[in-house]
Order: sequence, then C-alpha cells, then structure tokens
Amino acid sequence: MLSELPLFPVGASTIAPQVDALYLFMVGLALFFSVLIAGLIVYFAIRYRRRAPDEIGVAATGGLILETAWSVIPLVIVLFIFVWGAAVFFAMARPPADTLTIYVVGKQWMWKFQHAAGQQEINELHVPVGRPVKILMTSQDVIHDLFVPAFRVKADVLPGRYTTLWFEATRTGQYRLFCAEYCGTKHSGMTGWVYVMEPHEYQAWLAGGVTGSLASSGEKLFQDLACNTCHLPDTQGRGPMLHNLFGSTVLLATGEKVVADESYLRESILTPRARLTAGFEPLMPTFQGLVSEEDVLQLVEYIKTLKK
Amino acid sequence: MKDYLNATYGLKSWLLTRDHKRIALLYLASVTLFFFVGGAFAVMVRLELATPPADLMQPETYNKMFTMHGVAMVFFFLIPAIPAVLGNWLIPVMIGARDLAFPKLNLASWYIFMLGGLFTLWAMVTGGVDTGWTFYTPYSSAFSNTHVVTAALGIFIAGFASILTGLNFIVTIHRMRAPGMTWFRLPLFVWSHYATSLIMVLGTPVIAITILLVAAERAFGLGLFDPARGGDPVLFQHLFWFYSHPAVYIMVLPAMGVVSELVAAFSRKPVFGYAFVAFASLAIAVIGFLVWGHHMFVSSQSVYAAMIFSVLSFLVAVPSAVKVFNWTATLYRGSISYDTPMLYAFGFIGLFTIGGLTGLFLATLGIDVHVTDTYFIVAHFHYIMFGGTIMGYLGGLHYWWPKMTGRLYPEGWAKLGALTIFLGFNLTFFPQFVLGYLGMPRRYAAYPEEFQVLNVMSSAGATILGAGYLIPMIYFIWSLRYGRIAGPNPWGAVGLEWTTPSPPPTDNFEKTPIVTQPAYAYHLLERA
Ligand SMILES: [Cu+2]
Ligand SMILES: [Cu+2]
Repeated sequence: MLSELPLFPVGASTIAPQVDALYLFMVGLALFFSVLIAGLIVYFAIRYRRRAPDEIGVAATGGLILETAWSVIPLVIVLFIFVWGAAVFFAMARPPADTLTIYVVGKQWMWKFQHAAGQQEINELHVPVGRPVKILMTSQDVIHDLFVPAFRVKADVLPGRYTTLWFEATRTGQYRLFCAEYCGTKHSGMTGWVYVMEPHEYQAWLAGGVTGSLASSGEKLFQDLACNTCHLPDTQGRGPMLHNLFGSTVLLATGEKVVADESYLRESILTPRARLTAGFEPLMPTFQGLVSEEDVLQLVEYIKTLKK
Repeated sequence: MKDYLNATYGLKSWLLTRDHKRIALLYLASVTLFFFVGGAFAVMVRLELATPPADLMQPETYNKMFTMHGVAMVFFFLIPAIPAVLGNWLIPVMIGARDLAFPKLNLASWYIFMLGGLFTLWAMVTGGVDTGWTFYTPYSSAFSNTHVVTAALGIFIAGFASILTGLNFIVTIHRMRAPGMTWFRLPLFVWSHYATSLIMVLGTPVIAITILLVAAERAFGLGLFDPARGGDPVLFQHLFWFYSHPAVYIMVLPAMGVVSELVAAFSRKPVFGYAFVAFASLAIAVIGFLVWGHHMFVSSQSVYAAMIFSVLSFLVAVPSAVKVFNWTATLYRGSISYDTPMLYAFGFIGLFTIGGLTGLFLATLGIDVHVTDTYFIVAHFHYIMFGGTIMGYLGGLHYWWPKMTGRLYPEGWAKLGALTIFLGFNLTFFPQFVLGYLGMPRRYAAYPEEFQVLNVMSSAGATILGAGYLIPMIYFIWSLRYGRIAGPNPWGAVGLEWTTPSPPPTDNFEKTPIVTQPAYAYHLLERA
C-alpha cells in the first residue's frame, strides 16, 4: 500500500539534495509555526472560554515589545531563508564551464531533442551519469516548460529565444520529464522519459544508427542556404568571418559589445539587422520563416565548431 | 416598522435601488451564482482527476473546465465577494453614514459587473475558453481557438465595477465618517477595505489594458506578445501579474478585516495591536505591488531580478505574520465563545497560516523552481483564497446575517456546515502539497499512475467540501422565513452596526450617531 502512496520524490541530480535540504528545513519551520499558532488558539479558546453570558474580555494594552519581537523575528528568519534559497538558485542558474550541450525544440505537443553527435529523439532524452548537461531550449509555437522532478529543475521554453537548463545526473535510471507550462490541448501528453546511462553506454547509444553529426547537418544547410558565399573562412567575405566567433566579443555597428553566444547567433540568422557587426553593410537577408528552429540549432552547432 | 427590506416592494424597487444595503444583496445573489458556476466546473475537474487517464472527458474539455473554474472564481467571486457584498453593506453603517458617497455609481457598478459576467457566461455556454485563467500569451493571443476575446472582455468590463467600488469606498471613508469617528476609531474591517480599494483603483486599469492588448493581437494581428510577429511573450506575464498578484490581496485583505471583527466580537475585547493590524493592511497593499516577478522565476527572468522579487516577496510576508500573531494574542484573556462565525475565524487563522507559510516556500528561489507550475502552487493558493477568503467571507456572512436579514440562522446546522467545510477543504488540498513536491504538474487532464492515491483523496475531499457548501446555502434561505428574530445585537457586540435595528432602516440610523469611543470598546461596556 505504502508503495502506492509516494510521499517524497527520488532525487537523481547534484542539485536535488540541496533543494531537498532547503525544503525539509522549510517543512520543519512551517510545522513549528503552524503547531505554535494552532496550539495557542486551542489553548486560549479553552482556557479563556466564556463562562457567563455577559462576561467581557480583559483588554490588553502596550504590546510594543511584543509587536517589535514578532515583526523582527520573522523578518530575520525570512531573510535567512532568502539567502539560502538564492544560493541554491544560483547553483541552478549557473552551469559549470564544461557541459555537454543538448538541444531541444518544444512544439505542440512534443519534445524534440538533438544531440551534437547527430542523434535525434522525441519525448526521450538520453544523458550520461556524472557529467553536467546543459539543455539549450526553444519553442516553435507557444511557451512550454521542461521539468524533470527527479532532478528538481525546471525552465520555461520560450518561442523566439533560447533558454537553458542544466543538471548533473547522479544515478542511472529512468525518470519522468514533463511539460510544466500549460500549452494547449495535449499539454498533459507532452511528457516523456529521461534515461540516465553509464558514460560508456551513452557513447554506444550515441553511435547507434546515426548518419551524421548535428554540425555536419548544419554545414550542409550552410551551403544549401548559400551562407558560405558571404561568410568566408577568412576576412575577405562580405559578411563577418565565423571562425572563432562563438564565445568571442563582437563589436556592433552601434558601438555596443555583445558576447556571441547561442542566442546572439540565432538572432543574427533570423534578424541579422537587429545587431549588425561593426564594419559591415546590412546586406544579409532575414531567414525568419525560411528556416525552422531545428535548422537554426544545426547552423548554430556548425558555427560553434568553426575554429582556426 | 419600516426597514430597508420592506420599505418599498417590487422588482423595480430593487433593480433601481440606491440603497447600499440592497445593492449589497444584489451582489450577494450574483456572486453566489458565480460561486456555484465555478464550483460546478471544479466538480468536473475533480471527477476527471479521480483516475489517471483522461477518460471522463476529452483533454480539450478538461482544459476548459479548469479555465472556467478559475475565471468564474477569481474574477466573479473572490474579487467582488467580500468588498461588494459585506463591504458595501457594512462600510456606511460602520462609519455612521447613511449611504456610500456615490449611491448611483454604486448601482451602476453592479450593472457593469453583471454585464461583464454575462459576457463571460456567454463565452462559457457558447463553447468555453481553454487558456487557463492566466491567459498566457502567445497561446491565448495566437493559438487558442476558443472564445478568448469574449471571456476576456467580460473580465475587462467587470474590472470597471471593481474600480468604481474602490473609488466609492475611498471617498466614503474619507468624507462620510460620523462626528467623532476618527481614523483610529475605525473598525479594522474599514481599514482593510481602504487598503483593498487602493489596490482596486490602482491595479485594475493595468489588467484592463493588458486584456485589450491581447484582444488587439488576436483580432487585428498586432505583434505584441507573439514572437512570430515580433512580440514578447514574457511581457504579458509582467503586465498580468502586476495586477494579478495585488489581486490576491484584493481577495485576502477584506477577509482579514472580517477576521479582525470576528476575533474582537467573540473574545469581547479590542483587537491586540490595533494600529499594527491597520498599518499591516496598508503595508501589504503597497509592497504587494512590487512582488509580481515571483510568478516568473522560471520564465527566463534575470537571476538578479529574481533575487529582488524574492526578497520583496519575503518582506510582504512579515505584515501578514504580524496580523496572525495579533489575532492570536487577542484571544489571550478574552471571553471566547464558539459561535459559528468564530469557528470560521479560527479556521481562517489556521488555514491562512498554512497558506502563508507555504507561500514562503514559493518565495524561496531554490524551492520555487521545483514546485512552481505543480500542484504545490494549486494547494498553496487554495489555502490562501479558500482557506483565507472563503472562510472569512462565510464567517462574515454568518456574523452579519442577523443584521442583514433580521433573522438568526440555526446554530447547530451552522456548526456542522463549518466543520464539514473545514475537513473537506483540508482533505481536498493538503494532499496536493505532497503531489506538487512529487512533481505532478498542474493543468494535466491525464497523469501518471503513481499519483492516483493522492488524487483520489483530493477528489474525495472535494465531495465532502461540495456537500459542506450546500448546508449553509440551505439554512440561510430557510432562515429568511423561519429563523428566530435576531434583535439589534444578538452577539452582544460593540460597533455602530449593532446600535441600529436589525434589519436597519433605509437610512441606517434614526439619527446620526456621535462616536466617543475607540473601536471594540468592550472594556468600557463594563462600567456602563
Ligand atoms: Cu505544455
Ligand atoms: Cu504573486
């Protein structure tokens, strides 16, 4: 019977014990104050019950010390929780430097994951244990939200931009993944499984039945879309050279500087004039509507591999 | 003797009345209707969730059920319930006035509310709407093919009723107080309504504009929220929660006002820390405007913005905690009776405490990420809105029912009803906290089997809860005819409303009262 009444979720990521510790502390705190208030109410209600129909309560005055105490003590407690909660949140928001990046496009009503090696999967995600994994996410239509309860992580998947989520799985196994942001009719069907595997199993899985890596698909697109006519491997092209671009700082025509991350690359493909690189004419056409989000991810992955 | 109920007869005398007490009763009938409409949708939701697959209805139907449950309950019951019914009826009486400052505007606000309600009901009967009560874009503005604009227009229109009511209360409280009724002699019910009115007047226009923007994107294809048209989907969330978080306080502050009255009356002593409780209402209203981003910790908000919204959300918890401590301290050395309104007040304090404490979980960044958009949220806000607002509303309705109708309700049945509602509520919503931490997302028509036991508990609780509501519904109606005559002051309470006959005359008082005492001056009674 107890196996049918789960009370606490399994934890299978490095962040999970941190969230659980904070949560259990809060449960304890909530229990303490609930019992305190409920206990006082019951005690007072019995102790000071009305004994005669015309009895009147004794007015109490001058509670300045009490008022100060029960304002300041909760204030100190909540500020303590704030700091603790923010620390855990920081750990969730900042992935370590060396992560395995996996891409996902959410659409009504499925998850399409793409691995750099070329594997694509729908509503299933295979990841290695013991390695930080960063999911770079976007949506093709409405807002979705990738949620893996066992990892205690969740992030909205937005149309028109990239968001990220990272985790490091600590236990092999099979864990549920959900869409947590209401996205229409089959929202509750937008679910699947995360498979956490031993690294060597993951490598074997990656190698199974793949035609080409994500970057090689991107390279093909790069030629099909004739990107390579302007973006040359040297500085002679009509467009900026893309080698070593990823992660570098770009000077814009406006004088601003931006770091060329995935979001910047995506924006520059879809709306190139929004943030024009300094020294270049606004010649590049927009690819908005011409390429799908999956195509853009392939192009981004290809550009990331361009190194000199 | 003529009182406000039998001063004139006929439908016209009600539909064209300018008496705030009659308008309050018109509102009572309207919000009761919407409560049962919203409740019927909730029944459908809980029935579907009794089993894991979406078997009772199609997912699209289920999505409409929870949407319409939320829309009906939030915009047409929880927001108007206490201010428009109890506030409308009581504020003039409590401050010794003959009516609100603008009686015709008051009637107009009821008509506007009904017009808005009809739009939304029309959207519901002609096919419904499936966006969730939060209307998130771009789903609502570019994808849903249900009656979004009609339903949202209803909310837009009803918003003006809210603004006008708030305005009316503010002016009334400033200008219509009886001689000697200084600000610090006002009952705390009036203070809490003053704070609520500020939110209504300042916040509601923002949701009105937001709804218009969604309608503009839907109807004319303007690119506001849909990125495919160059819009920003998250902008909508900022605008929506800028109103809808403070709206939580529109729902809860009036209930806190009610509880202050109940705790004082049934302990027969002044509310402990009167000034702190009064200012806590204002503090909540003001800080409540600065915390909206806590709904968006996982919406790609910057880490630093999230931290600011988190710390401000913690701050708003402090005045709420202060109120809870003050109510509890009021009981100390009181003369406590267990009449039904007091049972509701106890229920309120207990449930609101749980709701507030679980709110702290959600303000905590590291926990919110895991539990947001799960049943933990659903449980939390039902503890606040139901455990808070509805317990306060029912407590207030029982307390002032004899004043409003001149009749007493049957005490035994009322206690049974209060107990049934309390138990049913906890059985319905407590398991949802557990479900939420386990990771069950909200708004799911179908769910994994491991969540079934907890869902069955919740659905069973909802059945008890549903039955619990019918009990007061029946005996209130019964009491109109068969209830014992109440007399002017059945509780032995102080406050201007208890100095006039039950039910009061149309002008509330035979002659304008002159106030010489602070609120809740039970200790001065003894000497008399
Ligand atoms: Cu979804
Ligand atoms: Cu909020």
